[in-house]
Amino acid sequence: MTDTTVKKRKKWSVFDIVAFVVLGLLALVTFFPFYNVLIISVAKFEAISKSDFYIFPLSFDLSAYKLLLQDMKFWSSILNSVIVTVVGVLFSMTISVAGAYALSKRGMPGRNIMLSLILFTMFFNGGLIPFYLVVKDLGFVNNLLVMIIPAGLNTFYLIIMKNYFNTIPESLEESAKLDGANDLYILYKIIIPISAPFMATFALFYAVERWNEWWYALIFISDASKAPLQIYLRETLITSNSLLSQMAQTLAEQEQTGKVYTPALQMAAIVVSSIPIIVVYPFLQKHFNKGIMVGSIKG
Amino acid sequence: MADSVTARTPKRSLRTLAPKQSLGKTILQYKYFYLMVLPVLIWYALFSYAPMYGVTLAFKSFNYSKGILGSPWIGLENFQTLLTDPDFRRAFWNTVIISLMKLITHFPMPIILAIVLYEFSRTKMKRFFQTILTFPHFISWVVLSGIIINILSKDGIYNQIIMLFGGDPNSPLVDESAFRPVLYITHVWREIGWDSIIYLAALAGINPELFEAAEVDGANRFRRLLNIAWPGLKSTVAVLLILQVGQLLTQGSSFEQIFNLYSSPVYSVADTIDTYIYRTSFTIGSDFGYTTAVGVVKSIISLILLWAANTFAKKMGEEGLY
Repeated sequence: MTDTTVKKRKKWSVFDIVAFVVLGLLALVTFFPFYNVLIISVAKFEAISKSDFYIFPLSFDLSAYKLLLQDMKFWSSILNSVIVTVVGVLFSMTISVAGAYALSKRGMPGRNIMLSLILFTMFFNGGLIPFYLVVKDLGFVNNLLVMIIPAGLNTFYLIIMKNYFNTIPESLEESAKLDGANDLYILYKIIIPISAPFMATFALFYAVERWNEWWYALIFISDASKAPLQIYLRETLITSNSLLSQMAQTLAEQEQTGKVYTPALQMAAIVVSSIPIIVVYPFLQKHFNKGIMVGSIKG
Repeated sequence: MADSVTARTPKRSLRTLAPKQSLGKTILQYKYFYLMVLPVLIWYALFSYAPMYGVTLAFKSFNYSKGILGSPWIGLENFQTLLTDPDFRRAFWNTVIISLMKLITHFPMPIILAIVLYEFSRTKMKRFFQTILTFPHFISWVVLSGIIINILSKDGIYNQIIMLFGGDPNSPLVDESAFRPVLYITHVWREIGWDSIIYLAALAGINPELFEAAEVDGANRFRRLLNIAWPGLKSTVAVLLILQVGQLLTQGSSFEQIFNLYSSPVYSVADTIDTYIYRTSFTIGSDFGYTTAVGVVKSIISLILLWAANTFAKKMGEEGLY
């Protein structure tokens, strides 16, 4: 990000070495838990119990993954999350791109009022119960749409997008206007294509949000067949992981080794569910610095 | 072109241009933009403003069959109950302590990280570190909690290390004195990299010539930080600090993180207003009027905090939020 600074091939300064050590340790601490997930997901119970300090993968066993992939609940939750993610991104992007573009027009009468009304919602809301009652009255209970529509707009992203559109030179639109294009056509044919990388970043942000969605499901979805992936994960990772059940499981496992080690199953679920994020992450990483920079907070 | 003139003219000088173009005509000229912004406005009306009306529930005794409108008014009774409810008090103080401590333990971290990354001269490695440090931000608290629970469990890596050094295995997640530090540490772990991006953006906006000039003048690294980098960062820091103080009671006490990590043994130190509202609202015999009142108190305190932080920032000579 500071590439613009003229920095020739310098030698390692004392500061660089200190920074390298600090950053390296920080990166290690950040990365290690994920590495731990991976090695446990392929571990056999005996391997873990034999080694006091399990840091290197001493065994390799995919039975946890096999068991996970046989679970129909896992597949139905994946399907629900895929639907929510795909439809959700389309919905979120459509309304927030159009809205942010319109809100970037300084001369539009009423614009400041609209912006104030939108910003106000970042600091004041009706609270859980009134929100619950409204969403329930709209018929979103036990409906996948609850994770697509009520969850679908992020005020912070909307503001960043608006600020970004403000940076596009007006002359572009003016020349199209002279050719007789209307504003909808300009947005669709000119503005969106020239800002493709920026749009892609926010589509990915929304995609990650939808993939990680669980709060709306927790509150509005009780029908197990409509549960998204994160609810499935919550059940396998957290609800079943109360200390009591954990002890019970460990005891059962010690008696009949050869069964799948419970943590291995849990960690396998984490690995499989994180694959989409790991796949899109390089794209996210490539663009988000720029996206955030352009937007900043004010504008 | 009338078009571009109005588009660039600030609002207050519209009046001076009025003879040129009536408001009705301007509105007509922007018709497609109104069409574009309409779905967004409907969304906010439905999901932000309609629930705000529901705040009246706090002054009612909610009856499911009668709905919000039909339920009888009871004045401030819900708020009176709230003041004497020990569970609410506990949740209130937990929220204040957890969010303040999170602010103190987390807020400076991304700024320090951004400065270290900025000063670190190996571009490729810098990108590598950034990639790793921002990653946890994109993983949900559900999954991260699963990982944390596993690490801190009886035979998790944490207790293996403890036992390696001859300590007694323990579980911080059910230990009242250790639970909150777990929240602070895992919060920094997840967000430090992501939050540093905005400071890096602010640093990147500083004219590099300033740094070079300072270097020529013989300023050392610390001087340059103090006199060039910090003034460039200051307003971003102020805005983010105001935002975070304003959202202390909401984001600060992070429902997602606590809800996925806590359990009944640590309610006394971990139960916040949000988790308390959730638990009491969706159990049998819940009183929606009462839990709404709890939510209202939370929102009002948040607004006061936001106002206070903004006023303070302005007194300190920063621009503030509004």
